[in-house]
Amino acid sequence: MPQLNFIQAINSALAEEMERDPLTFLMGEDVILGAFGATKGLIDKFGATRVRNTPISEAGFVGAAVGAAMAGTRPICEVEFASFFYCAFDQVCNQAAKLRYMSGGQARLPITFRAVFGAMGGAAAQHSETVYAQFLSVPGLKLVVPSGPADMKGLLKSAIRDDNPVIVFEHGALGRLKEEVPAGDHLVPLGKAAIKRAGDNVTLVAIGAMVPKAMKVADKLAKENISVEVIDPRTLIPLDEETILNSVAKTNRIAVADEGHLRGGAASDIAAIVAEKAFDSLDAPVKRVASLDVPIPFSPPLERAAVADEARIEAAIRELVGH
Amino acid sequence: MDVGKDKLLEMYRSMQRIRHFESKIRDLAMANEIPGFVHVSIGEEASATGVCAALRKTDRITSTHRGHGHLIAKGGRLDKMMAEIYGKRGGYCKGKGGSMHIVDFSLGILGANGIVGAGLPIATGSALASVITGRDDVTACFFGDGASNEGTFHESLNLAAVWKLPVVFVCENNGYGEFTPMQTVTSVKDIAVRAKAYDIPGYIVDGNDVIEVYKYATEAVARARAGEGPTLLECKTYRWEGHVVGEQAFLGEEAYRKKSEVEEWKRKCPIIRFQQWCIEGGGKISEAELKQIVTETEKELEDAIAFARSSELPAASEVTDDVFA
Repeated sequence: MPQLNFIQAINSALAEEMERDPLTFLMGEDVILGAFGATKGLIDKFGATRVRNTPISEAGFVGAAVGAAMAGTRPICEVEFASFFYCAFDQVCNQAAKLRYMSGGQARLPITFRAVFGAMGGAAAQHSETVYAQFLSVPGLKLVVPSGPADMKGLLKSAIRDDNPVIVFEHGALGRLKEEVPAGDHLVPLGKAAIKRAGDNVTLVAIGAMVPKAMKVADKLAKENISVEVIDPRTLIPLDEETILNSVAKTNRIAVADEGHLRGGAASDIAAIVAEKAFDSLDAPVKRVASLDVPIPFSPPLERAAVADEARIEAAIRELVGH
Repeated sequence: MDVGKDKLLEMYRSMQRIRHFESKIRDLAMANEIPGFVHVSIGEEASATGVCAALRKTDRITSTHRGHGHLIAKGGRLDKMMAEIYGKRGGYCKGKGGSMHIVDFSLGILGANGIVGAGLPIATGSALASVITGRDDVTACFFGDGASNEGTFHESLNLAAVWKLPVVFVCENNGYGEFTPMQTVTSVKDIAVRAKAYDIPGYIVDGNDVIEVYKYATEAVARARAGEGPTLLECKTYRWEGHVVGEQAFLGEEAYRKKSEVEEWKRKCPIIRFQQWCIEGGGKISEAELKQIVTETEKELEDAIAFARSSELPAASEVTDDVFA
């Protein structure tokens, strides 16, 4: 199996899917050059008709992706930083998400949006936000948050083949993380969580870049005989509730770790589902580990203070097992 | 340009279908027989008709909240439109869209849209799809003067110009964005001049003259199909009714425009004008032939209402259908 980093995994998924389906094409800000390397070289393979630099004009080109999808193609649309979605909110939330439903099922919107998100060191609030929570209550979108190269490749390939609008959120701090990625047509289905590490004492649901942090905490606590089951939901919509609830039924304790903000965030959403559906299994209140409800700050010590980290995950687990 | 008799009759039928449908919708809304709010396009029949007459079946359109006319002009079925506006299962969108969101993919109607300016990038993308798939289908994009102040107007014209996309931007300037006079919120007298900023052709068209609209649209569609890029047409027209049917109930009479102004535009009725031209001008069409079309349209509308009334309401269990493919 080849060792790929996150960026190489994206590039490989894009190349394979564009090779596979001539109706796919790539558009977005600086995709020819590949601002973060993910789309580098695709212009040489697929040419200028199918690899298109857009103006910095998010409402325009995100809307164009919606129209292109409705007219029978399968756009892969890169919005450089996920915070830029705010400039195209209508096109994502009112158009892409709703038009299938509003047309009584006539419209098909096979669009894959890709965007970098998350705190990655000194990028400040307008380039560091975890924005997927904003889309959680917009029915009609699928939300994918890969935590490593193998899932990145398999989930992105599934997203591109999906007939619905899918947003793939790529954490900017995971770019250099390397792991073995299965060769061949590696697909990871949307809506299937991964049990990253089995355990008996506490369930720890971790999203995106929280997954490698959760694994480190679980390793550390294992030395104290605290057995943590780490679950990566991989997709927030659809959400694999079953895997999470089955785990809670076994461990009776759960923490949810997410880099998004606490209020209205993905951690709150999953915590509410567990509280409602698994209340009788719980021996302790559900814990949420999320970033502070402040804009993500620029200066490194402030950024560290705002963003959920290993220490907070560990503290939450210790509190849970103390119950 | 010589317009054949069949095309003239087709356009006359289209304008009559729009006028009849919209008048009926206004009456039904006033009688509270249909839910929600409706925006009718009485008085604007020529722009919808003239543009769609220049398109072929596989060409596509995007439309607006005031979209019934565009859909009818592109060949939309009155019965399924009516049923949709009634919120019935037999409607185009199974009752999920309503007046502002009617879609017929089989006719290239990508949809009306409730968000002002949203159709512009969608039309641009639809035109992009023609390029990606190597087809020469053109997309016509209807929007109002109000939308020309939205960012999406400017972003779409730029993108379509940069990529030389086969799209025709059709601004129906009816003088008002909701209840606000266009000239009080718009930096230019004519929307067409904004084309210059994007280095594409822009034309001011008499939007109440269906033949003139048809001629300009035919030329713009030919340019688009030949790969020469987008055109902006500004059709000057007027909406006889308010922004939304029933607005007098909360605004009062003459809240933002004088009755005399409305009357003045009614005297420029695009249908009467076209009718006169057909009979007395260059059309060489008999009054009886036109009358026949009106009779057939009345019958079609009656059938449409009967279809809508007899269609079932959706079952509550259908509420979760069609969120995802």
